Amino acid sequence: MRLHEYQSKEIFVDYRIPIPRGRLASTPEEAGLIAEELNGPVVLKAQVLVGGRGKAGGIRLVKSSDEAEDEASKILGNRIKDIPVRRLLVEEAVNIQQEIYFGLTVDRESGETVMIASAAGGVEIEEVARVSPEKIVRININPLIGLRDYQARNCATDIEIPRELWRSFIGIARNLYQAYITLDSTLAEINPLVITTENRWMALDGKIIIDDNALFRHIDIIDKRDISAESPEEIEARKFGVSYIKLDGNIGCLVNGAGLAMATMDIIRHKGGQPANFLDIGGGASSERVAAALRIILADPQVKTILINIFGGITRCDEVALGIQQVLKEIKPEIPFVIRLVGTNEKEGKQILADSSLTTADSLQEAAEKAVKLSLESA
Amino acid sequence: MSILINGETRLLVQGITGHEGSFHTQQMLTDGTNIVAGVTPGKGGEWVLDGKIPVFDSVKLAVDVTGANTSVIFVPALFAGDAILEAVNAGVKLIVCITEGVPVKDMLLVKHVIQEQNVTLIGPNSPGIISPDSCKIGIIPSSITQKGNIGVVSRSGTLTYEVVYALKKAGIGTSTCVGIGGDPIIGTNFAEILSYFEGDSQTDVIVMIGEIGGLEEERAATYISSKLTKPVVGFIAGQAAPANKRMGHAGAIIEGGIGTAEEKIKALQDAGVQIARYPDEIPDLIHQL
Repeated sequence: MRLHEYQSKEIFVDYRIPIPRGRLASTPEEAGLIAEELNGPVVLKAQVLVGGRGKAGGIRLVKSSDEAEDEASKILGNRIKDIPVRRLLVEEAVNIQQEIYFGLTVDRESGETVMIASAAGGVEIEEVARVSPEKIVRININPLIGLRDYQARNCATDIEIPRELWRSFIGIARNLYQAYITLDSTLAEINPLVITTENRWMALDGKIIIDDNALFRHIDIIDKRDISAESPEEIEARKFGVSYIKLDGNIGCLVNGAGLAMATMDIIRHKGGQPANFLDIGGGASSERVAAALRIILADPQVKTILINIFGGITRCDEVALGIQQVLKEIKPEIPFVIRLVGTNEKEGKQILADSSLTTADSLQEAAEKAVKLSLESA
Repeated sequence: MSILINGETRLLVQGITGHEGSFHTQQMLTDGTNIVAGVTPGKGGEWVLDGKIPVFDSVKLAVDVTGANTSVIFVPALFAGDAILEAVNAGVKLIVCITEGVPVKDMLLVKHVIQEQNVTLIGPNSPGIISPDSCKIGIIPSSITQKGNIGVVSRSGTLTYEVVYALKKAGIGTSTCVGIGGDPIIGTNFAEILSYFEGDSQTDVIVMIGEIGGLEEERAATYISSKLTKPVVGFIAGQAAPANKRMGHAGAIIEGGIGTAEEKIKALQDAGVQIARYPDEIPDLIHQL
């Protein structure tokens, strides 16, 4: 679960990482009032969960409270990369002497946390990694020992932080690590972390991602979830324990298992069709969950054919068939269905659907070929 | 021969009295696995599955009494990290974790401990291991497999079933099939399993099923080109997947341009791996070898 900049900064404050003065505004008037309080140039920052919001016009520097209100009215209610802007962070403008990147994340290859720093702050770290990987310092952290002062100091020397700021930099590194571990994060990033002209550290922007699998330990954080960047279908799917991602094609896919769902999309492509979605009903799905998943797919007006691919293991084919039958009865969809059932209770499942006029297939390849053919005919 | 599991395997089941645990323990018994004990804290002293399997309160006790040397874990994600550490502490040297959704923070510690203690952990989020007609640990349906000379290693669950079933339909059998798990941090990677297959006399060809996310397949490619002598046929799921969207598995995500199917396929092809475009093509590629 990805946190907003303002949510990440609330956490920074809890962990004694300095941030600029400022507050959240949801109307232009509020933005003006906050700017007046701050009494000087301010930065307006759209709170949307997408990258590159600066380039998309979501960040503005203004000199007065009137200008703040004016600009805020332009950003609020507008869309950035198709996501509506509902809130702005209004912050004092900071005079920057130097910008760096500092972050903590999971290194999948070693199975450890890695501290990443770069003297090239402010830009996407992936971009730095691509263009000039030598500018990135990576230091792995032993989970039993934690982030030690000497590691932060080595990092500071490597990215040429002035000596008089080493001690305070170590403090920020340790505090961020504390937050990262305590909150079960998979990413905690300050970018840029700046040295102001007054020679002080300040976290100008922040991004924290919490491990979805650990959210049960952080009930207070679950409430912070912002679903405005998600489609109603994705939200509905999550409610039923289904993973759904909308794509651009016209063949709706319903599959059990993420790997098999991806492989089903892949084979559709190879056979000349276009998948309309990724959908994994998960393991051991009930008929209710299957029905919910199918309704979500059918709600997509682009979908012209349905491909159901079930390889029963924990999942039982009869349970899946019951879910499909239920939706067929209630919606009576006019688009063609191709269904392939194999594995646990396959016979029972096929029996349930024997009366409905669905196209059946014995293998994934056959199912994909039939679905692609039908989708091309209906297009 | 097979890899990881064999006639010496004495299995204990952590979470044996749970819904999944008891169902799959029955399946594993039917498939001939030597299950010697179960562990559910608070239920020690009971006998389950028609009185065949004794239940213990701790892994230590189960190991002391029954000589169990392998553990399979079905406990909920919240307790799975602890269950793995308990098995390590009791001296179990092969642990298979079926549980999905173990928090990353727990896995950071687990990974560190298993490396230090030289324990082999398969998973988490693994469908398990099966050597047809000999032994099964986990949840892979035995009915879709048959004994043979192909080693299968995969990051996925049902996609693995799809592949071994496609092999069976083409008259090709499996020596051992291992699901290494779809999570970002797993105990054993592709390269390690490939090295076991390299040393296994029953295995002549290896099928490797990868997916988008991380650099596991790229690391495997390095191993294949430098050390592996047996031919490998591969498939990478997620060629049609968009970036920055998590495809169900916590590990299956293309982030920062890392983990794309194209790069994995290229790395494997450069290492001499035959890449199937879809699962049903795998048997054809094996026949052509």
